[in-house]
Amino acid sequence: MQTKRQYEVVFIVDPTADDEVAKLTEGFSQIVVDQGGVITKSETMGKRQLAYEIDHHKDGTFVLLEIEGSGREIAELERRMRVNDRILRYLTVRVDEDRRRAEKLKERRARKAAKRPSHGHGGLGPGRRAAGMEFAEASGE
Amino acid sequence: MSTNYEDRPRGGGGYDGDDDGDRRPMGGRGGGRRMHRRRVCRFCIDKVDLIDWKDVRLLQNYLPERGKILPRRISGNCATHQRMLAEAIKRARNIALLPYTTD
Repeated sequence: MQTKRQYEVVFIVDPTADDEVAKLTEGFSQIVVDQGGVITKSETMGKRQLAYEIDHHKDGTFVLLEIEGSGREIAELERRMRVNDRILRYLTVRVDEDRRRAEKLKERRARKAAKRPSHGHGGLGPGRRAAGMEFAEASGE
Repeated sequence: MSTNYEDRPRGGGGYDGDDDGDRRPMGGRGGGRRMHRRRVCRFCIDKVDLIDWKDVRLLQNYLPERGKILPRRISGNCATHQRMLAEAIKRARNIALLPYTTD
């Protein structure tokens, strides 16, 4: 059984086409849905300065989409974004594996924390030895 | 004849000695003047399992003026978290959240 993959897609929209952001986001979401994917989160991160110029643009509107699906919708989405002049750049990151790993680490830490109270066993060592020495002394006398 | 020379410690050994001499000061360099910085992984203390590449404010702490990724020997990060951090910074660079270089 194959579990659904989760992706984070961020794309930068041309700042001169600010009024198109909502429309573009809507269009891309529709593409994903048409391909059998599910949009779990759609968020406009707002207009912000780019760390470096892209096609002579110094700023852009960032949009984040979180998508759940098989991966086929990502291929289609990326193709559409590639040919769209309004999209300065996009980045897709598969996140389900990393998230699962983080979850596992968290779980392991929780289990370790639960085990810690029994850590007192180590303290018995020296105590027992001291008792043994006492006994030896006693037998010597 | 030639094998005899090779076997001789003087001929070959002399060269090797020179090489070692060059390497030794390099390896030992910085041992005396190493700055004392915090030697703990911040992410381990905060119990971070996942470093978000969209968290510019966090990542910026590990990009000095020049824009290069702060090495582990300075930041004190553990290997696991340094790897996660480097990955996150590279992703953020790709999408122009962080610079590749600054001058």
